[in-house]
This record gives sequence, C-alpha cells and structure tokens, in this order.
Amino acid sequence: MSEKFDAIVVGAGVSGLAAAYVMATNGLNVAIIERGRKPGAKNVMGGVLYRKMMEEIIPEFWKEAPLERPIIEQNFWLLDHNSVVKTGYRGMEWADMPHNNYTVFRGKFDQWFAEKCVQAGALLINETAVKHCIVKDGRVIGVETDRPEGDLYADAVILADGVNSLLAKELGLHTEWRKDEVALAVMEVLKLSADKIEERFHLNRGMGATIELFGDGTDGMVGTAYVYTNQNHISIGCGALLSQMSERTTTPYELLERFKQHPMIKPLIEGAEPCEYYAHLIPEGGYRSVPPLVRDGVLVVGDAAQLVNGIHREGSNLAMTSGRFAAETVIRAKEANRFDRQTLSHYERLVRESFIMKDLKKYKTASKTLEDNPDYFHHYLPAVNDAMKEMFTVDGVSKSEKQKKIIKRFLRNKSVLGAARDGIKLLWAVK
Amino acid sequence: MHLLVCIKQVPNTNEIKIDPKTNTLDRSGATSILNPYDAHAVEEAVRWKRALGGTVSVLTMGPPQAKEVIQKSVELGADRGYLLTDKAFAGSDTLATSYILSTAVQKIASSIPVDLVFCGKQAIDGDTAQVGPGIASRLNIPQLTYVERIIEIKPEQQTIKVQRHIDGGHEIVESKLPCLVTVEKEINELTYAPLPDMIRAVRYHPVVWSVSDLDADINAMGLKGSPTAVKKIFTPKQRAGGEIWKGKADELAKKLVPLLIGDVLSCRQ
Ligand SMILES: Cc1cc2nc3c(=O)[nH]c(=O)nc-3n(C[C@H](O)[C@H](O)[C@H](O)COP(=O)(O)OP(=O)(O)OC[C@H]3O[C@@H](n4cnc5c(N)ncnc54)[C@H](O)[C@@H]3O)c2cc1C
Repeated sequence: MSEKFDAIVVGAGVSGLAAAYVMATNGLNVAIIERGRKPGAKNVMGGVLYRKMMEEIIPEFWKEAPLERPIIEQNFWLLDHNSVVKTGYRGMEWADMPHNNYTVFRGKFDQWFAEKCVQAGALLINETAVKHCIVKDGRVIGVETDRPEGDLYADAVILADGVNSLLAKELGLHTEWRKDEVALAVMEVLKLSADKIEERFHLNRGMGATIELFGDGTDGMVGTAYVYTNQNHISIGCGALLSQMSERTTTPYELLERFKQHPMIKPLIEGAEPCEYYAHLIPEGGYRSVPPLVRDGVLVVGDAAQLVNGIHREGSNLAMTSGRFAAETVIRAKEANRFDRQTLSHYERLVRESFIMKDLKKYKTASKTLEDNPDYFHHYLPAVNDAMKEMFTVDGVSKSEKQKKIIKRFLRNKSVLGAARDGIKLLWAVK
Repeated sequence: MHLLVCIKQVPNTNEIKIDPKTNTLDRSGATSILNPYDAHAVEEAVRWKRALGGTVSVLTMGPPQAKEVIQKSVELGADRGYLLTDKAFAGSDTLATSYILSTAVQKIASSIPVDLVFCGKQAIDGDTAQVGPGIASRLNIPQLTYVERIIEIKPEQQTIKVQRHIDGGHEIVESKLPCLVTVEKEINELTYAPLPDMIRAVRYHPVVWSVSDLDADINAMGLKGSPTAVKKIFTPKQRAGGEIWKGKADELAKKLVPLLIGDVLSCRQ
C-alpha cells in the first residue's frame, strides 16, 4: 500500500487551500490534489476577497499576497433599459490598512496561497483528478485518482472540489443540483489602463470600486451583474439562475455582450480590451440545499457544500472559513485518533454556529421569493427608475401631482394591499 | 546506460502576444512550460532506460524556477536533475548556451560516463535548433538530428540505429555511442505519469550548480560570450483570404484555367 497521509484535500480552490494550510501549519501530513495545471488555473471569481476571513488563516496576508485594489466604494444599481437608480457607499476608512476587502485575480491569488501551503509542508499534486473516494466498510479511507497506481490513503478526506462536487454526490451526500439551486455566471476580464480606471470610477491612486447591478443587467432574470476594478483590468460579469437561463434562447455570452452594450455600462468600459472569458456555476440553493457536511472519514467544504451567500455575492469567505473549520476538526480528530462521523460532526457544529449558516438561514427564501415573483424585476424595478425620473424632471407639473402619478404606476394592476404584500415579502427575504 | 537529456523551460508560446505598436513580445500572462520537444526526449530516454536498465539525468540552464521543468521530467520518469543557474549565464545566445551546457555534460560524465545525450529538435521560443548540434560538436561526438524513431541501441557494441526525418523522406543511420540525438515529437506519445512519480517529482530537489561549479571560461558566456543580436521583431503581414467560387465543376474549371495560365505566364516574365 502506498504512503498514508493524515489528510487528503481534493481541490486547490480557496476552501481546500485554507484547510490544507491550517492542517499543515499544525504539523499534519497533508496532500492536496488539484486537477488543473496549477491552482487557480480553473478557478473563476469576479472577485472580491474579504480580508477578515483570510486574515484568520494567514495573518497580515495583505503584505505579500497578490491583490488588485482595496475597495473603498461599493455600489448597488437598479438598472432599467435606459436608466439607473444608484445607491452606494464610499468610506475613506476602507482606504486604510488593513482594508475591508480587495479585488483579486484567483489565478494569481490561488497560486500564491498554494505556495504558502507548500512552504508549510503540504504536498501539492497538480494535473491529477480524483475520480472516486475509496470507501471501506462505509468509511472513506482515501481517494482514487485518474493516474496509474493512483490510489492515495488518508485518515480524513476533505472534499473541496467546487460546485459540481461529483465526489460528494457519489457518496450520496447530495443529488444532482436542481436548476434553481445553481446560477450560471459568465464573466470577462477587460484590459484598461490604471489611469482610465481611476478617472472613470473617480478613484484615488490604487483604490478600487465595485458595482452590483440588479435588473436589466440580467435581462430581468433573477441574478446580478457586476463591474469590479482591478489594477489594470475591469472584471465584468453577470449570472442568473440556471432554471431561468435555460428557458431563454439567448446564450450566456449574448447576455454579457448585451450588458456590456448597456448605455450605463458602455462608457465605463469604452476602449477596454477583452483578455479572458469564463463561464462557471455558482451554488445558489442556500440554506435548504446545504447537504450533510460529514460522513465517516470525509468532510465537505466550500462550494461543494453549497456554502454561498448569493444575495451578498459572498462565496470565497464562506469557502475559506469552512475550510478552516474542517481543518480544525481534523486536527482534533487526529489528537483523538478518531475519524468517524460523530467526531467529525464537530465541523458541522462550527459551521452552524458561525456567520456561515446564520447568514444562509437569514436569506434562505431570497432567491425563491425573487424567482416566484417576477414583478420585482419586471415591474417594481422599472417603476423605481420612473419615479426618480418623474421627481427630477422639471416640467411644470406639481410635485404632489407627480407623486400621485408615481403611486399609480407603482400599483398598476395591483391593489395597495397586494403591493404592500410584495414589499413585505421582499423585505422579509433580503432584510 | 546513462542517458542525459538537455531540457529548457520556455514560455507557452500559445499565450504570447506581440504588441502591434511596439513590436515587442508581451510575455505577461504566459505560463512557463517544459519545451514540448524536450518532453518527448525525456520520455524516449525513460523508455530506453526501462528497456535496457540504467539512469536518466536531465540538465537545464535557467533561473531558479526552471526547477519546475526538472520536476516535470521526474514525473515523466527521470531519476536525477541538474540545474545551472547563475547571473553570469543570463543573456546567453545559442553559442554561449551550448558551451555552458557542454561543460556541465562533461562534469556529469566525469562521475558517471554518459552514453547518450538527448535534446529536443528545437525550443519553441526561439526555433533555432542550434543548441543540440552545438553541444555535440563541442563534446566532439556524433550528432543525429531530427530523429523520429530510435530503432535499436546495442549497449555492448556501443551503437545506435535511428530513423531521421529529412525533406521528403526518411533516413536510417547508425552511429557509435556516445552520441547526441535531437528528437521530433513523432518519436513517441507522452505517457500519463503514475501517481508515485508525481509525488516523487513534487518532493524532488535538483542538484544546483553555479558558474563556479563548472570548468568554464566566463568570457564565453552571458552577453559577453554571445555574438547574436536581435535586430528587429515583427509580426508577418496577414495574408489576404482566398476567393471561394461555388458552382458546377466543369464551369468553374473553365473559369479557373485561364487565370492559372495567366499567373504562370506572369511569373515567368
Ligand atoms: C463568476 C463568479 C464570480 C464570483 N465572484 C465572487 C466574489 O466576488 N466574491 C466571492 O467571495 N465569491 C465569488 N464567487 C464565488 C467563489 O468563487 C466561490 O464561492 C469560491 O471559489 C469557492 O471556493 P471552493 O474552494 O469551494 O471552490 P473552487 O474555487 O471552485 O475550487 C475547486 C477546485 O477543485 C478542483 N477540482 C474539482 N474537482 C476535482 C477533482 N475531481 N479532482 C481534483 N481537483 C478537483 C477545481 O479544479 C478547483 O481548483 C464568484 C463565483 C463566480 C463563478
């Protein structure tokens, strides 16, 4: 039998790397198996990386990690065909170290993170895919890779293999995700000089901004579109529930092209050169879709466990924190030399008691509420745009008359009660 | 048998762009890989090692991260790797590079005699195909270039028989060992490395030599030892697309023939 490890981590995304780093720095013998040419080669993210959760794994990482721009301004836009209502926040406290969050390129970031794991003593094996978990007497005891003589054994296996997680599925932890449990996201990286970025987004040197858009960016489908500033690039993308996307004849690529041509977006990206294009799934099932997180000898982390807060486009932070919790659990299990489900359920408890499950629980009906009530995107969002236009257009009509007109349009075909109910439902879902 | 393969880390040329304004290579974003021809050279050496017994060593010159291509070779089954890295080597052209590598081959051979040196046909970042032959002539051993098949190696008789790719055909040649071969991609199919070799590769640390480890003349290396100068880099003009005619074959032929004849006549003039 080949060498046995304390733990095998499948997938070198942020969740897997977080787990590997924490275990390796605590002296465990860890192997990371990644199917891509290098970590990050297959990882897609917009991407805003949150400082707090990364710092809990590598203190002061911002001093050496490859980061693009610290974010000092976050915007939310309600986008209609030809107009937009903007809100947002800019705070100079975010300009000071340590920053709140950063844009990153996962290709670079994951490679750096993986290098830290290797320095901590983890063994990183690239270009190797795990095909199955090796199960003996109901216990996961290792993995079978696609390489000759490819079996590898460990006390614990951490599945960090991303949204599709064929491995967790094979173990029966979840079934195929339903189409309303995942969003299909497409994104492009556009090259634009730092000067132009800073000019167009009104940024001080080196600082960054994000825009999250609801409405026309996804052609009215439940989802979001976004524009993020990197050092010399713009990340732009949009994503919508697969259930809605698959009903359309437009391809995801066309959706993104349409978004890029939008009159509110076009000036921001004028002259920027496309460099890369990605498409990827994002787990959006939320609270109700989270599968059992442990079995005898195995733990599931990150996207593989549906740990994404879609409403707040948070995924990487939940991934990292879940990876850390899994690692802490395996370290404990190693001390007790017990890797059964009961011992590993410590991980489930940590996840449940943390912001991860609390946030997912809070937003558990958000996506569904939006999907079941197309009026939010098709009626109310344009109506908000109309209301702003009405109030700001000076045309001799009195303001109170304007207000009456706005309310009437808001309520079109609806009773006051019906509209109030819609409002409360939405508030309840995303409050 | 001691089989020694010279390898090079190159930027993945599929990912390199030429800036149309400045005519310079934009290597940003390009990843580094083991020169594809060299991968086949390592594979071939490993196959013969398995058939005849012996050791496969690999040798590369480059920056410290060129260690990656040695590890890649270990994945493919190489046993040992030597990395030549020193500021004094930087900027070496093919003349200086083949000089430095040949001194390293001699040093390696002084502890375990080398029977066969392998190189890739050429490196995809320069396409010169000069370094292999350069090493052979400095070592004063026969060179067999563009090898697409090694037919046999007879260790007792110290001979090798290969099939070379030549313009319009093949050539079968025999040579005495030691000699140097440069290989085409057609020579073999890369095998998917077994997991234990992957693990060994990740853990492998090559022997690292700097200029002081070699018996070499410092004036014959680096920029000083490199007479080659790049005058200009440019993107060739795109050729205009051809015309496509649709219709009946005989009618099209009638239209085409006069044109072809016209072209031939104008060429003759
Ligand atoms: C377009 C887009 C934009 C996003 N924007 C943001 C954002 O701005 N902020 C944010 O916080 N989150 C964002 N997310 C979500 C975030 O990217 C994910 O939540 C996060 O990457 C999850 O990390 P992970 O480690 O669980 O999975 P991944 O990052 O997907 O990593 C999984 C890894 O496992 C490997 N793998 C899979 N199967 C196997 C196998 N069988 N064998 C070996 N290796 C395997 C893969 O190659 C991959 O490297 C975005 C996602 C998308 C798609």
